[in-house]
Amino acid sequence: MTLTQAEKAAVVTIWAKVATQADAIGAESLERLFLSYPQTKTYFPHFDLSQGSAQLRGHGSKVMSAIGEAVKDIDDIRRALAKLSELHAYILRVDPVNFKLLSHCILCSVAAHYPLDFTPEVHAAWDKFLSSVSSVLTEKYR
Amino acid sequence: MTTPHCRVTTAWGPPGGPVPVPANGPRWAGLAQGIKPGPGSGSAQPRALLQPSRAATMVHWSAEEKQLIASVWGRVSVEECGAEALARLLIVYPWTQRFFSDFGNLSSPTAIVGNPKVRAHGKKVLTSFGEAIKNLDNLKGTYSKLSELHCDKLHVDPENFRLLGDILVVVLAAHFGKDFTPDCQAAWQKLVRVVAHALARKYH
Repeated sequence: MTLTQAEKAAVVTIWAKVATQADAIGAESLERLFLSYPQTKTYFPHFDLSQGSAQLRGHGSKVMSAIGEAVKDIDDIRRALAKLSELHAYILRVDPVNFKLLSHCILCSVAAHYPLDFTPEVHAAWDKFLSSVSSVLTEKYR
Repeated sequence: MTTPHCRVTTAWGPPGGPVPVPANGPRWAGLAQGIKPGPGSGSAQPRALLQPSRAATMVHWSAEEKQLIASVWGRVSVEECGAEALARLLIVYPWTQRFFSDFGNLSSPTAIVGNPKVRAHGKKVLTSFGEAIKNLDNLKGTYSKLSELHCDKLHVDPENFRLLGDILVVVLAAHFGKDFTPDCQAAWQKLVRVVAHALARKYH
């Protein structure tokens, strides 16, 4: 699944806005994930997952940072996320099904914060981009 | 994990001719709980042994969940939201267009959004959702006939119900912004999951 030039442009444009609130959107996405899909909490037994917790904010920030790296190097996401790909494959080993769930929650957060920008074309481009990111992060699993 | 198996009859096909049955590929997240291959599909199990899974038993809704669902639904324009949800399904997951070959122009996002058949059908689908919300304690009954229809006549892979459900949630997030809180989303994710499951229940 490769992104067209138009799709890349759509991702980069909205990222400029999302980046200004990356931490908040990251934390909110995780909150949405844990509430809608409680099974995802099994990966964070060591975390305080209450709303507004420092760990939640910290981790949301980490996730969005990584997405930012992928956006910056959108022509070579594999290179941008090479280390993270290994981390997920050998250390974290988050089951691949969960990447779709988090991607969906990130989309919901972005849509809620930027409804006017979240046109169908932007929605499609972001869905595809996050799907690409997910692919890269799981491609070394086996 | 089983995938639903639905046979395409040769006597009847969707408008525009029979659609090739898509190959069943690997599935990461599926809702095919409680769906087992029917007789004649190659399975040796007699029908009597094919029991619904635990997931097919009665769903419990807390008062809070009902309230969260109702408060959003009360502010939804069924026509607008339905049209938007279906349009986005066809745009974000273009392969879903396979079911709508008689809908006319679906050649671009603009064409899809403006397509009157898409709007009308979106409204129909979301109106049906409204029935679900009125009958949260009997979704199985509410969707029994529609489930048979989607299997026997429309030949829709239930995966599409999950896709549309998630698109609907995104549309609600875009419409209601901060009001579509994580708690709200959780209630709606449960609703779309349960509706998708009810629609898939009669597949064979």
